[in-house]
Amino acid sequence: MAAVSVRAVHKHFGSTHVIRGVDIGIADGEFCVLVGPSGCGKSTLLRMIAGLEEITEGEVAIGGTVVNRVPPKERDIAMVFQNYALYPHMTVRNNMSFALMLAKLPKQEIAQRVQKAADILGLAPYLDRYPRQLSGGQRQRVAMGRAIVRDPQVFLFDEPLSNLDANLRVQMRTEIKELHQRLKTTSIYVTHDQIEAMTMADKIVVMRDGIIEQTGDPLTLYDRPANTFVAGFIGSPAMNMIPATVRSNGGAAHAAFEGGATLPLPVGAQITEGQPVLYGMRPEHCSLGNAAGLPAEVIVVEPTGADTQLYCRVNGQEVTATIRDRTDCRPGDRVMLFPDLGRAHLFDAASGRRLAA
Amino acid sequence: MTVIAKPSSALSRALDDRTVLGLLFMVPAAALLLLFLTYPLGLGTYLGFTDAKIGRAGEWVGLENYKFLWSDAVTRLALFNTLFYTAVASVIKFVLGLWLALLLNKHLPLKSFFRAIVLLPFIVPTALSAIAFWWIYDSQFSIISWALMRMGLIHQYIDFLGNPWHARFSTIAANIWRGVPFVAITLLAGLQTISPSYYEAASLDGATPWQQFRHVTLPLLTPIIAVVMTFSVLFTFTDFQLIYVLTRGGPLNATHLMATLSFQRAIPGGNLGEGAAIATAMVPFLLAAIMVSYFGLQRRAWQQGGTDR
Repeated sequence: MAAVSVRAVHKHFGSTHVIRGVDIGIADGEFCVLVGPSGCGKSTLLRMIAGLEEITEGEVAIGGTVVNRVPPKERDIAMVFQNYALYPHMTVRNNMSFALMLAKLPKQEIAQRVQKAADILGLAPYLDRYPRQLSGGQRQRVAMGRAIVRDPQVFLFDEPLSNLDANLRVQMRTEIKELHQRLKTTSIYVTHDQIEAMTMADKIVVMRDGIIEQTGDPLTLYDRPANTFVAGFIGSPAMNMIPATVRSNGGAAHAAFEGGATLPLPVGAQITEGQPVLYGMRPEHCSLGNAAGLPAEVIVVEPTGADTQLYCRVNGQEVTATIRDRTDCRPGDRVMLFPDLGRAHLFDAASGRRLAA
Repeated sequence: MTVIAKPSSALSRALDDRTVLGLLFMVPAAALLLLFLTYPLGLGTYLGFTDAKIGRAGEWVGLENYKFLWSDAVTRLALFNTLFYTAVASVIKFVLGLWLALLLNKHLPLKSFFRAIVLLPFIVPTALSAIAFWWIYDSQFSIISWALMRMGLIHQYIDFLGNPWHARFSTIAANIWRGVPFVAITLLAGLQTISPSYYEAASLDGATPWQQFRHVTLPLLTPIIAVVMTFSVLFTFTDFQLIYVLTRGGPLNATHLMATLSFQRAIPGGNLGEGAAIATAMVPFLLAAIMVSYFGLQRRAWQQGGTDR
C-alpha cells in the first residue's frame, strides 16, 4: 500500500491541453474518486497514474517514488478497465493468475491466491469458464479479482460500473466499498456519476476541463461547494440557483429577486451591497412557507411515497423542491418556497464562486 | 353486392407457399453453380477415369490412370515438388506476413501509404510479375547476379532457373513475393480487431512485449491465422501461372507442380484422361488442408460463448 501524489501535472495531446495543472494528494489507504463530466480529463489522469499515458509536465509519485519514467508493469498497480479487458481466450482462473504467472510465483501460491480472491468475490463456481460465458456483473467481478490477486500498492478503477444495469451498479458499488474496507488498499476511482462518488469516496476530486474544481470529502462538497459547478454537479436533484441582487435598504441585507420577492441571506454569507448573486438552495432544503418566501408556480407534482417532488417555475426558471410532508399541492397552484437558511448557498453571479465564510 | 371469391389457380397457390417460393428463388444461383462449378468438376473427375485424348472421346478405364501415375516417376516428382513448394512458401509467407502485419499495425508515419505499397505485388497480374521475375532470374542479365558481382560476393553469374534446386528456390521466392501481401493485409485486419485494452491490461499485469505477443496477440489471432493460412496453402498448392511463365516445369521437371504437370499432360500432351487424373489427385490434399484448419485451429471454446458446461 502506498500514498499517491500528483504534482502540477499537465497533459497535451498534440495541441490540445487536456490536463492543466492538477495537484492531488492521496493518503495511504484512501479511496479517492475523480469525478466530472465526460471530457474533463479524469480518465486521462488515471491512465497517467497507471503509466499508460505519458506525463507531459509535472510529477506523479507512488509510495514516495516519482514514477514518470517507470513503465506500468513496474509501478505495482492494478487497474479495472471500463470494458474489463478480460482476456477472452483465458478462463477466469487464467485471467486471474496471468499476472502472478508472469511474476513467476510458485504454482501453489498462485492457486491459493486465486482461490482466496474467488471466494471473496463469489467467483469460485466460475473459475473454469471463459469471459464470454459470464454475465456483466460476473465479468466485473473477474476484473476486480484480477486486480486483487496481485495485492498491489494501488487499485485504479476506470468507470468500472458504467456498463452494468442500474440495480447491479448499486450492488457492485457496495461490494467495491466493502472490499476496500477489507483490503485497505489505496484506490483511485474514476466515474462521471456523482452518486458513486458520494457513496464510495473518502475524498472526491471534482474536475472540469482539465482542472480541479474542488477537492474534499463528500459531505464537505455537499455542504460547502466552492463554486456553482460543484454545487450543480454534486447532489441529486441538482441544486436550484436563482439569480438575485444583494440589497439592504438601510436594514439587514437580503436577496432581492426579480419580481420583487426577497429572501434573507444564507447564514455567514459575505457580500457587498448591490452585488449580483446566485441564490442556491437544494431541493431537499426547501419547504413551503406561508407568507414569506419565493413565489413559485407548481408545474408537476411527483409523489414518491417518502417525499414529494415539486417542479415549479420561478421567474421563468425551473426550480425543484423536495417536500418531506405529504402535500395537497396541484399543478397550477402558487406556493411560497422557503429555504433552510443554515443550508442555503450564495454564489457570485459573475465568477460563480461561493460567497461564504 | 356479393363478393365473389376468385378461384385461385394452382400456380398462384403454389407461389404462396414459402417452400416453393424459396426453392424458386434459389434456382438462378443453383443453376450458375451447377453449370460452372459442379459440371466442370464432375466432368474433370469423370475424365480422370477414362482414356480420353484430344479429338477422341475416351472409354471408362477405371483406376488405370491412377495406377499408371502412381508408378510414374515424373508424377511422383511433381507431387514432391508441390508439397515442398507449398510447405516452404507457406511457412515463409506466414512468418513474413505476420511480421509485416505487426509492423504496419504500429503507429508509423505515412501508415496508409505503406499499407497500400504492401498490397502492390497482390494487384499486379501474376503473369506480369512472373515475367519481371523471369528477367530478374535471367542467366545473363540477372540484376541480382550483377549486383552480387559488383559487391564482389560472387565471381560468376548464378544460373537461377537452370539448376534444379536453384530453380525450386527461385520459384518459391517469386511465389512468396506474390503471396505475402495477402497474408499481411488479412492478418493486419485481424490485428486491428484486438482491443488495445488487452495490451494495456497485459502491460499492467507485467507482460513484456514478447509475452504480450505470446499470450495476447497470438491466441486472439489464431482464428484469422487459420483462415488465411488455409487460403494461402490452397493458392500455393494449385499454383500454375508463376511456374508456367518462369520455367514451364523445368529444368528436368524440377519445378513441375501438379497443376502444371496436369496441364502439360492434358493439353500439349493430348492425354486428357491422364491430365484430369492428376488434377483430381490434388483434391484429397486440398481437403486435408481445409480439415486441418477447420478442426485444428478454427474452433476454440472461448469463441463459442454462452453455454454452460
